[in-house]
Amino acid sequence: MGNLSIMDVRLSVIDHRLHGVKRVIAVASGKGGVGKSLMASSFALNLSNKGYKVGLLDLDLYGPSSHIILGVNDFSFPEEEKGILPHEISGIKFMSIVYFSQDKPAPLRGNDITNAIIELLAITQWGNLDYIIIDMPPGIGDETLDVIHLIKKSEFVVVTTPSKVALGAVDKLLNILKELKLPVLGIIENMKINESKLIFDYVKEKNFKFLGSVSFDRNLEDAIGFTNKLLNTSFMKDFQKVVEKIT
Amino acid sequence: MHEWALAESVLTAAIEAAEKEKLKKITEIKIAIGQLQQIEEDIFKFALDEIKKNEEKLKNVKITIKTEKSTLKCKNCENTWTFSDMKKKLNNDESEAIHFIPEVAFVHTRCPKCKSPDFEIITGRGVSITQIKGKK
Repeated sequence: MGNLSIMDVRLSVIDHRLHGVKRVIAVASGKGGVGKSLMASSFALNLSNKGYKVGLLDLDLYGPSSHIILGVNDFSFPEEEKGILPHEISGIKFMSIVYFSQDKPAPLRGNDITNAIIELLAITQWGNLDYIIIDMPPGIGDETLDVIHLIKKSEFVVVTTPSKVALGAVDKLLNILKELKLPVLGIIENMKINESKLIFDYVKEKNFKFLGSVSFDRNLEDAIGFTNKLLNTSFMKDFQKVVEKIT
Repeated sequence: MHEWALAESVLTAAIEAAEKEKLKKITEIKIAIGQLQQIEEDIFKFALDEIKKNEEKLKNVKITIKTEKSTLKCKNCENTWTFSDMKKKLNNDESEAIHFIPEVAFVHTRCPKCKSPDFEIITGRGVSITQIKGKK
């Protein structure tokens, strides 16, 4: 064998790092502000509360927020053991860029986003888990393409609000996922205020699975940062019905 | 010891490449380590030695490691600088964070000339294999 061109050595080990993880579910949306992070964190909390072994990976490198929802304010480095071990937050193995950025802004361009994601996936030792939930950033850019490329076992849950504007962007994400024949577990309608069949009818027409509606919870903000409170919100009560359809 | 994970990445990638080329033995691996990642070379070498013991294809492999100088270039003012220039201004935590994820250099440092965060890593980011030799 002669000379090889320079190889990115990290790609080969990613499957190995996720070998002990039964399911990886990416909570995604084409649109920002629809509640992805809250859904992803609540999903992880709900499953952990039921006794599952769960990891939560926040891949929103520009605007990480899972740590705010979980009430994390200790940004000390992860422990090192043949890689890095995620911190355990309310029973969830949690990994986020905030442990390295100290919650400062991360002004990254596309290639740097990809490199940071590859590095995190290559060095994080998740161990044996039933689920990893990924909190995805909005859109169909680098992070979405990286998850599709790097985590072959990813399944997608797509979040939207009952808004024509949100649905316009969500539709584009769903079209790409469908074109690539990736598993879409279904669509969640979040922040429902009025009776409307906009999302339900769209989902049926496009032949996806409607996972349910989560009503707008006026008291939810008071529970942000307190995992015990979050588990007892009316948001979580609605979301529980969604979780039952996925797990 | 996060160097272990990187050493494991190198050898996993080398074995995968050897399998694709149907090599029975890997005789030599040349590795480049970018300065920016600040790998502790002794620990990295120890991990490589430990991991290769368990792999038939890697018995008697010669591994050479070369450090690659890190250069950075500002997209705003085109200034270039090195990791050695940058390192002097970093505190221990910032330096350690860059060791884990080199891209947090964009979080903790700026162009020394115009203070822009919009720069690029031209050379010497992290760990790579530059050459593999083997026998069929």
